Amino acid sequence: MEELALYILDLVQNSIEAGADRVCVFLDQCAADGKIVIEVRDNGRGMDEAARAAAFDPFYTTRTTRRLGLGLALLRAAAEATRGWVELESQVGAGTRVKAVFDASHIDCPPLGDVPTTLAVILAANPDLELCYRHRFGDREFSFTSSELRARLGEVALNDPTVFQCLRELFAESLDNLHGGVNP
Amino acid sequence: MKSLQDLERIRLKAQERMRVREGEGATKIAVGMGTCGIAAGARDVMAAILDEVAKRKLADVTVTQTGCVGLCEYEPLVDVILPGQQKVTYARVDADKARQIVARHVVNRQIIGDWVLARS
Repeated sequence: MEELALYILDLVQNSIEAGADRVCVFLDQCAADGKIVIEVRDNGRGMDEAARAAAFDPFYTTRTTRRLGLGLALLRAAAEATRGWVELESQVGAGTRVKAVFDASHIDCPPLGDVPTTLAVILAANPDLELCYRHRFGDREFSFTSSELRARLGEVALNDPTVFQCLRELFAESLDNLHGGVNP
Repeated sequence: MKSLQDLERIRLKAQERMRVREGEGATKIAVGMGTCGIAAGARDVMAAILDEVAKRKLADVTVTQTGCVGLCEYEPLVDVILPGQQKVTYARVDADKARQIVARHVVNRQIIGDWVLARS
């Protein structure tokens, strides 16, 4: 993946495949130590010990359409290439938490990428998902939940194309503000 | 400057659009969003389709996602199902092709044969 934002999209898609209807995404860009931390928590079906042990194996998957898993293996390879790491916590019936730590100052760290489009696509692709998002940059923060967006939209769904356009712009401006008008 | 109030404005416009919909049934566009799709550019393909549908003010077009269907080497895959017609699957779509698929297939009802992987 060429952007950290695409790993976020992939992790959320994993949660959806695991039957989650509630997903929280936390993105911390820590100015002090130059770390970028991506954390995704869901209420999906979770993994047992055997699945947890095999989750980072690119040749392990529960899907039947392809014989490779890939997602978490790619994430860990990318994090470790920056001297970072990935943590996985999962219990059957209790959901899954994946946390990936990247060293943004490392030359092999992918750019953060297009977070606004990623968020708007997640909402459009999963209009019924309860998504909460919190993005920290130093001591500043941007957050939203899909339920507060839905409350404003009434019977208009989050996958309405005009809503997508509006949200993408809204997120882009909010993240520009978060970064103080600078694109990191 | 965008704000959450803009969503309420959009809500009113969307309600109007829903009222003028005709009874033909919905066109469905689905983008493959497994790891393979995402790595190949599915996010920007989906964004381009939603943007094009919004720009053209197309009513009755639903844009959704599918998971990995095992044709990873052909991703990003885009399925188009016009009302009452077979599913057409396009392979190796990028943002530019995605916009053309909306314009030529969904609006003008002309399948772009060169990009089609399968019909079912």
